Amino acid sequence: MANESKGLLARKLGMTQIFEEDGTIHGVTVLEVGPNTVLQVKTDEGKDGYNAVQLGFDSAKPSRLTKAELGHLAKSGNAEKPPRFVRELRLSKADASSYEVGQTITAADIFESGARIDVTGISKGKGYAGVMKRWNMKGFIRSHGTHEFFRHGGSIGTRLTPGMVLSGKKMSGQMGNEQKTIQNLQIVRMDAERNLLFVKGGVPGPNGAYIAVRQAVKA
Amino acid sequence: MNLLQTIEAETLAARTRETVDVRPGDTVRVHVRITEAGKSRIQIFEGTVIRIKRGGPRSTFTVRKISSGVGVERVFPSCSPNVTKIEVTARHKVRRAKLHFLRNRRGKAARLKPIIDFKRKK
Repeated sequence: MANESKGLLARKLGMTQIFEEDGTIHGVTVLEVGPNTVLQVKTDEGKDGYNAVQLGFDSAKPSRLTKAELGHLAKSGNAEKPPRFVRELRLSKADASSYEVGQTITAADIFESGARIDVTGISKGKGYAGVMKRWNMKGFIRSHGTHEFFRHGGSIGTRLTPGMVLSGKKMSGQMGNEQKTIQNLQIVRMDAERNLLFVKGGVPGPNGAYIAVRQAVKA
Repeated sequence: MNLLQTIEAETLAARTRETVDVRPGDTVRVHVRITEAGKSRIQIFEGTVIRIKRGGPRSTFTVRKISSGVGVERVFPSCSPNVTKIEVTARHKVRRAKLHFLRNRRGKAARLKPIIDFKRKK
């Protein structure tokens, strides 16, 4: 099921540790969540045919945008201070219609300390990676006469039956730099004043990356 | 200073115990708060600092002692609220930052040369 719960656009600041009163240490990722501006609300009754909200986060110079982009932002009154990161979140009909164009949403409106969230981002690119790095295959022993076969994955098929390599066979290829969602991360602490979420565990992407944070589907 | 550095500085500032100058080779008494069965008490772990891993609020230090003939090492997070106090009782002359070589030494061989008036130096 697709996640249709409320969410916000955010920036990953990086990881650190925080301490609780009793000495418990949490390894946390710090996320700067919002404030987001609502740029457009889409409904299945309108010409869009589906329910979603278009959000904008961060700020960019107006001179860096195209006239088309500025024209679109002018409709929500954001042409003077355009957002740098614009994304759409699919929502349920009730949630989508609760938003108004031009409205500003902050982390405190949606999230609370202790809640679970899903985080979607673009993972760090590893380039064209071999099977050992990409699929954790073992490679081959270095001695006993192995030559030119140290980091290979071994045989990729069988014989006449089935006579082909099964599709989906784990092989080398592009690793990372793809959209990843991490589900059910816990909000350990929340700083409503500075719009910060301290989320237990890691989050896809490098520090400074733009991400989408939503209430967890499976919470 | 970026926002993450600000947050780390705040964690560091939120530390309740007083700041102590701890170096590798110091003999320290670490006061650790231990909570068991709902009650908390202070336990003291005394030994030699053999390693300091620096990273602002993520810093840790390792204390080694010989307890009934067995070497025991404990890693303390410097910012943990459970580390309530650190006393430096002796300082020794050491020439490296990580004293892992002490693990391979026993008894007399594991001695370090003390700096006698280390407290006056400050």
